[in-house]
Amino acid sequence: MAQADGAPQPFKLVLLGSGNVGKSSLALRYVKNDFKSILPTVGCAFFTKVVDLGAASLKLEIWDTAGQEKYHSICHLYFRGANAALLVYDITSKDSFLKAQQWLADLEREFPPGEVVVMLVGNKTDLSEEREVTFEEGEQFAQSHSLLFMETSAMLDHRVTEVFSALARELLQRVERKERQAQRGDARLTLNQGPRGPAKCCAH
Amino acid sequence: MDVQMEAGGDTAAPAPGDAEDLEDTRFPSEEAADGGGVHEDPTDFGDRDQEETGSETKDQPPTLLSPLPQSESPSCTCGLWDPASENNPMGDPESGSGVQGGDPSDEDWRSKRKHVFVLSEAGKPIYSRYGSVEALSTTMGVMTALVSFVQSAGDAIRAIYAEDHKLVFLQQGPLLLVAVSRTPQSAAQLRGELLAVHAQIVSTLTRASVARIFARKQNYDLRRLLAGSERTLDRLLDSVERDPGALLLGAVRCVPLARPLREALGALLRRCTAPGLALSVLAVGGQLVTAAQERTVLAECRLDPADLQLLLNWVGAPAFAAGEAWAPVCLPRFNPDGFFYAYVARLDAMPVCLLLLGTDPEAFHDMATCRRLVEDGMHTLGVMRTLGEAASFSNAPSASAPSYSVQAVGAPGLRHFLYKPLDIPDQHRQLPQFTSPELEAPYSSEDERQRLSDLYHRLHARLHSTSRPLRLIYHVAEKETLLAWVTSKFELYTCLSPLVTKAGAILVVTKLLRWVKKEEDRLFIRYPPKYSTPPAPSSASTDQASHNGLFTGP
Repeated sequence: MAQADGAPQPFKLVLLGSGNVGKSSLALRYVKNDFKSILPTVGCAFFTKVVDLGAASLKLEIWDTAGQEKYHSICHLYFRGANAALLVYDITSKDSFLKAQQWLADLEREFPPGEVVVMLVGNKTDLSEEREVTFEEGEQFAQSHSLLFMETSAMLDHRVTEVFSALARELLQRVERKERQAQRGDARLTLNQGPRGPAKCCAH
Repeated sequence: MDVQMEAGGDTAAPAPGDAEDLEDTRFPSEEAADGGGVHEDPTDFGDRDQEETGSETKDQPPTLLSPLPQSESPSCTCGLWDPASENNPMGDPESGSGVQGGDPSDEDWRSKRKHVFVLSEAGKPIYSRYGSVEALSTTMGVMTALVSFVQSAGDAIRAIYAEDHKLVFLQQGPLLLVAVSRTPQSAAQLRGELLAVHAQIVSTLTRASVARIFARKQNYDLRRLLAGSERTLDRLLDSVERDPGALLLGAVRCVPLARPLREALGALLRRCTAPGLALSVLAVGGQLVTAAQERTVLAECRLDPADLQLLLNWVGAPAFAAGEAWAPVCLPRFNPDGFFYAYVARLDAMPVCLLLLGTDPEAFHDMATCRRLVEDGMHTLGVMRTLGEAASFSNAPSASAPSYSVQAVGAPGLRHFLYKPLDIPDQHRQLPQFTSPELEAPYSSEDERQRLSDLYHRLHARLHSTSRPLRLIYHVAEKETLLAWVTSKFELYTCLSPLVTKAGAILVVTKLLRWVKKEEDRLFIRYPPKYSTPPAPSSASTDQASHNGLFTGP
C-alpha cells in the first residue's frame, strides 16, 4: 500500500471530547495554522490535510465533532469507519478528562481492540496555572489503555503538529505491520475503508 | 401604574378608562402631516395592542386580576422590571437574593430594553437573552406562577401591559416563552419574535424530542441540549434591532445580482444534484443569492420563508467559518418533528456559502461531491469574483454582507427604506423577499439603528393593526420623517430627511418606486429555479428523534 501511484492513502481521523476542550481549535491550528475563539461546532466539521512523513505521505480526513450532547448521534455515524481518534480533554477541567474516558469506552464498544489508533490529548497547556489534570494522570491513563499521549496548546501552537504527525506515523506503521502479515498469508484487510456496519473478522 | 392583562378565550368588556383609552386620546393622528414634529413619545403610535382587540380581550374581570400585579403590592411582579423600583434599596425582598451578574437586582440587567426568556413548564430556566439563567430562577418561577394561575381559570395568559412595559407570553408545548419589553414593538411583533426563538430551538432538537424529553422527566434541564445554540438565539434577537426587516416583514433579503448571472447560478444548482437532496441554497452573509428546491417538495409543501430565514441565519453563524460542516437540522414549518441533514461549506474560502439540505444522514460524501460540482461550475461562470465583490462592497461594520448605498436610488432626502414586493407571480409566492440599502449615517451607531428599528416597528404595527389597519402613514418624527405605504403590489417603509415637505416626500417615493421597478430583476429573485432529484431511499421520517441520540451520549 505504499504510495507509488501518487495519491496519498486516506485515513479517517475523528476528534472526540466534551464541549469547549479545543477540538476545533486543534484542527484549525493544524490545518490552517490559525487560532480564533470559535463558536461551538455545529454537527461535524470536515477537514483534509496531507501529511508528509518523508518516506511516505498520507491524507488525513479529519472529522471534528461537536462536543455538544445533541450532536452525539450524528458523530457516531462518522466515527464508525475511523482509523484513528483523538480523545481531547481540557487540562483545566477534570470533568472533560472523565468525559474523554467515557468516549474511550464508547470507542472500545464500537471497535475491536487495536483497530483504531487512539491518542489522548490534554489541551490548553497555556492555562497551566488553572490545571486540574496533571500530566502524570493523563500519561498514566493513556499507558494503562495503550494510548498515545500528548499535551498541547492550540492557542500557542504547542505540539499541535506533533500530535497529528505522531498519529500519522503510527497509522503508517500499523499499515506496514498488517501488510507484512498479509504477505505471510493472513486474512486480507481493507484498512482504508474500515468496517461498514458491525466490525467483523480481523480481531476475533 | 397601569396594569392590563390580556388573555385568550372568552371576551370580557374592557374596563372603563383602561390604558388604551387613555392613549387613544393622547396620540396624535399620524395620518395627518403633523408639521410640528411629533414628539418621541412611546405612545405616539400608541395602539399598544389594538391589532388584537378584534379577536381577544386584554382585560380580565377584576376579580381575576386582583391577586396579580397591583403596583402597591410589595411583591409586584411587574415591579421587577419597573424602572421606578430601581430606586429601591437592593435589600428588596424580591431581588436581594444571590447577587451575581444578571440577577434581577443588577442595574445593568434591568436597564435592558427587552428581555426574552425561555423556560420549561416546570419553571426550569432554559434561556435568557441577558444575564445568567441560574440567577433568574426566582423570576422565572414568578412567570410560571402567572401562567398557571390563569390556566387554572381555564384561560391562557397572552400579555400584560404595565406602564411602558409589555410582557408577552407564548406557550409552545412544554416550553414557555416570555418577552418583557419596553420597546415600542407591538405584542404581535413580540409574539413573532418569540415564535422565531421557538423555531430556532425546534430546529436543533425537533418538537417531538422536546415533547418526549419533558414527558419523561418534567424537570429536565434543557440547557444541556441547547448548549452552543444560545448564541444563535442571541444573534437572532439582536438582528431585530440592528438590521430590521427579515423578521418584521417575514421575508428574506437577496443579494443584488444581475439577472443573467443569478439565473446561471440557479441553473447550476439545478444541475448539481445528489441523491436525497431537497434544497440547495447559495448565500452571502445571511442574504440569499439563489435557492433551488426539490420539485416534489415545492409542489406538496412550499418552503416557508420563516424556515428559509432560519437556515440563512444558521449558516451565517461564525461556527461555519471553517471546513465543511455536516449537521442535522429541522425545519419547523416544514416538519417540526423530523430532521434534514445539512451540508454547509464556504466556497473557495470566500464568504459565499453553500447549503445542501438532504434526507440521508450518511450522504456527506455525496454532498461534498455535489459541492465540488457547484464550485467548478461557478469557476466556469466566473462568478466567484463578482460575488466576492458584492460582499466586499459593503463598508458596514458587520462586513461580508453584500449591500448597496441608498445613494444608488438618486433620490436626495431618502435615508433608508424597506421594500417588499407583493406582486410576485403566484407560482413564486413561496419566496417572500425584501430589499433595503445599507444603514448609513446617521444610522451607523447602535443607538440610532435601534431608534430607526423602533420607528419601523411602530409604522408596521399601525399598518397591520387588526382593528384599524392603515394603508398610508406619513409620520413626522423628531429627527426624521417617515412614510409607510402598503398596496396590493408592495409594502414600503421609507425614512426621509426631517426637512422634507409632504410634496417632497411623495416625489422621493415616486422616484424610489421607479428605481425599484427598473432594478427589480437585480434586487429580487423573480423566478426561483426548481429541480427534481431521484427519490431518496428513505425520506425524512416523521420522527427521527431517536436518530438524534438524545439519550445515547455519555
